[in-house]
Amino acid sequence: MIRDTTFFSRLFDGFNYVFLTLFALLCLAPLAHIFAVSLSGRAPATGGFVSFWPVDFTLENYEQVMGSRNFVRSFLISVIRVLTGTSLNMLLIILTAYPLSKTPRVFRGRTIFIWFFVFAMLFDGGLIPLFLVVKSLGLLNTLGALILPNALPIFSVILMMNFFRGVPKELEESALIDGASHWRVLWHIYIPLSLPAIATLTLLSAVNHWNAWFDALIYMTDTANYPMQTFLRTVIVTLDLTQVGINPQDLQRLSDRAIRGAQIVVATVPILVVYPFLQRYFIAGIRLGALKE
Amino acid sequence: MIFRQYMKRAWPLYVMIVPGIVFVLLFRYYPMYGVVIAFQDFSPAKGFARSPWIGWENFEFLFSLPEFGRILSNTVIISISKIVADQVGAIILALLLNEARRILFRRTIQTLIYLPYFLSWIVLGGILLDILSAGGILNQAIRALGVEPQLWLGSNSWFRGTVITSGFWKNVGFSTIIYLAALTAINPVLHEAAAIDGAGRFRRIWHITLPGIRPTIVLLAALSLGDVLQAGFEQILTLYSPAVYRTGDIIDTYVYRVGLISAQYSLAGAVGLFKSFIGFILIALSYWLADRFAGYQIL
Repeated sequence: MIRDTTFFSRLFDGFNYVFLTLFALLCLAPLAHIFAVSLSGRAPATGGFVSFWPVDFTLENYEQVMGSRNFVRSFLISVIRVLTGTSLNMLLIILTAYPLSKTPRVFRGRTIFIWFFVFAMLFDGGLIPLFLVVKSLGLLNTLGALILPNALPIFSVILMMNFFRGVPKELEESALIDGASHWRVLWHIYIPLSLPAIATLTLLSAVNHWNAWFDALIYMTDTANYPMQTFLRTVIVTLDLTQVGINPQDLQRLSDRAIRGAQIVVATVPILVVYPFLQRYFIAGIRLGALKE
Repeated sequence: MIFRQYMKRAWPLYVMIVPGIVFVLLFRYYPMYGVVIAFQDFSPAKGFARSPWIGWENFEFLFSLPEFGRILSNTVIISISKIVADQVGAIILALLLNEARRILFRRTIQTLIYLPYFLSWIVLGGILLDILSAGGILNQAIRALGVEPQLWLGSNSWFRGTVITSGFWKNVGFSTIIYLAALTAINPVLHEAAAIDGAGRFRRIWHITLPGIRPTIVLLAALSLGDVLQAGFEQILTLYSPAVYRTGDIIDTYVYRVGLISAQYSLAGAVGLFKSFIGFILIALSYWLADRFAGYQIL
């Protein structure tokens, strides 16, 4: 380790620490402000008297949010979506990545299959044709519309495939010679050895499902089927009081400023809970897959 | 006989890949076939197969629309500004973080600036609509400094700036981490040798650290070419309003409004196909450039 002790170098260090601290605080300030608003009384929140510390501290906004049937229903829909959508994603990613990670000698036709998937990733049919397809399959207003169209994220398959290729071939070869099938090799060798990559992709898939909102906006014609982020769009972004399905008084109540803050916080908490894991795996994931050398 | 022997061992591989193929056929390739609506006078009752064909008429109509030039230039201006701001900001932040010697400090800062990346545009948009509103905390703060409050989201002079800044807020942490990963891969021996030869700190940054991440810079620049038509659909759909269509309406938001709100499927399909086509060329070109200049291959 080199130590720079010249005057300019130390001055630079000082500025550097101050600048980075201020920058990080600035990134965090909007979140902190909303958190303070969500814990404040309604009058000071609406009047704009809250900065970064709650005024007239209260938990009532959270009680209101958790007491709203519409909000709780949308929260539950999101939970179901995350559980089913993530499981389906991981099942398909692993099943697809395993054969593709083989050489063309072991898996004949690999080259054709891989281009089949890569082209599908690169060329996008566009929003309208996809909407018409989902509609013609009768998926509107079903959970299927939210988890089936993106059931196989192709970029994740490629990451998984690249990881599988790093698994030592000797293990697999000896297992196959001993008469194990590819099912057993996948289950007993590849999956246990790929847990870090599987964990990364699982977290990413879960976060994507939790955060998704646009698909529900177009595929759900009945707002009672909205997952939480789409529901929140109605309440905190468009403030659309004419939306059917949500009782107007309930919506009016939920769109109060302090209560909007509380809903934003509730939507953020699950991300904060998985954030430490996300960070740990994700940085490793960037190194090994997305930007392999 | 040989084939049967091969299949005896390999059949599970083909079974495994079938579900993936089915989903991709249904939700990626079938919609690609659906782009034929751009050449039809499509009506949902008749479907893809029986709607009348009208050739290039939708495109001729599209290119004659005054909105077309507007959404195209808005898309490109916003996305390129975002790419430049993100990449330059991330390089600077990564260099500064790399110079901060205390590991705990570095990790803390990284953790904080990286958080917005994992929040949805609904959450971030909800926050922005609140803090940028007429009486929001930002306008309160600048009024305290004696500056006039501004309509950050509702005026054409500020909207793009707000979109670029808030995009920076969400994404810069992610790009910073990629650069940091590249920076930590630089061999410290290079720094030590340069220091022994008398190179000061700033010369070492210039002659060792920066060249060390040049491949990453080139790679991300090449790959970002594929994003030139992606100006941030979910972000803009959350933040914009009719008042700022002139500076903020992009291809994707236009497709959404024309296609799904007004149900002009064929016109929206034509815009979508235009975007997909150019987008495909850009992505293919970006992968080619990334391979050519940074040795990057996705497969």
